[in-house]
Amino acid sequence: MTAGLWQHWVLPGIWITVQLTVYSAALAAAVAFGIGMARTHRSRFVRFLAGFYTEVFRGTSALVLMFWLFFVLPPLVGWQLVPMWAAVLALGLSYGAYGAEIVRGALNAVAPAQREAGIALSLTPWQRMRLVLLPQAVPEMLPPFCNLLVELLKGTALVSLLGVGDVSFAAYLVRLATQDSAQIYSATLVVYFVLAFGITRGMKALERRTKANLGVTVK
Amino acid sequence: MTYSAGAAGSSWDWSAVWDFMPRFWDGVLVTLQVLALGSLISFSLGLVWALGLRAPSRLVRWPVTAVTEFIRTTPLLVQLFFLFFVLPEWGVKFSALTTGVLAIGLHYSTYTAQVYRAGIDAVPKGQWEAATALSLPVHRTWLAVILPQAVRRIVPALGNYVISMLKDTPLLAGISVLELLQQSRLEGASTFQYTEPLTVVGIAFILIAYPASLLVRALERRLAR
Repeated sequence: MTAGLWQHWVLPGIWITVQLTVYSAALAAAVAFGIGMARTHRSRFVRFLAGFYTEVFRGTSALVLMFWLFFVLPPLVGWQLVPMWAAVLALGLSYGAYGAEIVRGALNAVAPAQREAGIALSLTPWQRMRLVLLPQAVPEMLPPFCNLLVELLKGTALVSLLGVGDVSFAAYLVRLATQDSAQIYSATLVVYFVLAFGITRGMKALERRTKANLGVTVK
Repeated sequence: MTYSAGAAGSSWDWSAVWDFMPRFWDGVLVTLQVLALGSLISFSLGLVWALGLRAPSRLVRWPVTAVTEFIRTTPLLVQLFFLFFVLPEWGVKFSALTTGVLAIGLHYSTYTAQVYRAGIDAVPKGQWEAATALSLPVHRTWLAVILPQAVRRIVPALGNYVISMLKDTPLLAGISVLELLQQSRLEGASTFQYTEPLTVVGIAFILIAYPASLLVRALERRLAR
């Protein structure tokens, strides 16, 4: 494989993969916290809506959702999404639904006395969430979030089927150009492995940091 | 028969749905076939990995850990292309369907390995000690003491991975296996109507996955007792 192929296809591809991961993770985090907190809401109706969202987006396949947003949505609403953003939307919405379950689980795992103490101090529901529940729940969310983030990184490979020029798509082009599949596909797998390794390390550091704020040490 | 369904002048064509049905059922069949064979491979290969992860020798543990970690943290789609394009270069020729089943089974075996390991590790240490104290032979220790307790945790977790696997079967469309998504793409390509087939397939996944997840949750509750 020549340097030109690396420079023009593979490296920009890696950059697109990183961008996709960051944008989708940001959207997924927003969805996860929004829907996850809504699932602990007082009102039954809000809980139902949030639960409905989670079941629908966890129920369908991310790739089918991506195709749907790309091919079906434009004629329905009358505007077309750039493939990159259709991909971010699909990944963010579906992985957000998985994240919502993590948020809900961690919020429910905070000792009930903490919530009661918040009520006794007459904190508003929002203050209770922000000052009492979240600071204790967030460190618990980080290990499952780490796994989810690696899943999301792996999910970004799906965009190559829509023609977005990520590293998997670059691999496909390089394969056509060089007629040597083993080399480029091995290299691509290693790229993903290294990125995933970086994510795992970063999240571990973040976990240690947030737990230290609570006075807990992580091995 | 068409009627206008949206503000933007879009329409939903029921006849396109009926026309899609023969292809749809063919796709369902292939999807379920992939799911069944993929599960079989992942359940059995996962057990092999799990035993390797628990092996007394570091010479076995280390490579197994490295290989399973690598497979688990890299995308199934790229692995699929790897097997699809590289195996023929090495002289191994499989059909797209076989390649897809192998890839999905291999990928998920690294998850099921963790399930088996966690299930076995969760059996309290006292159970092993009790088995030793009663001087049970090794196979009795496993079959009568450890596995019956581990199964409670293992079965629901495996169920969850089967559901994830179902939702990953559309990836096989990437190597042109005629599963649900690929059938809907072909239908769209021949009729220029993508809306109906893709929507039907999307809903079909929810209709299979949601009851399945309820079933797994019920199983979880029942076995937890």
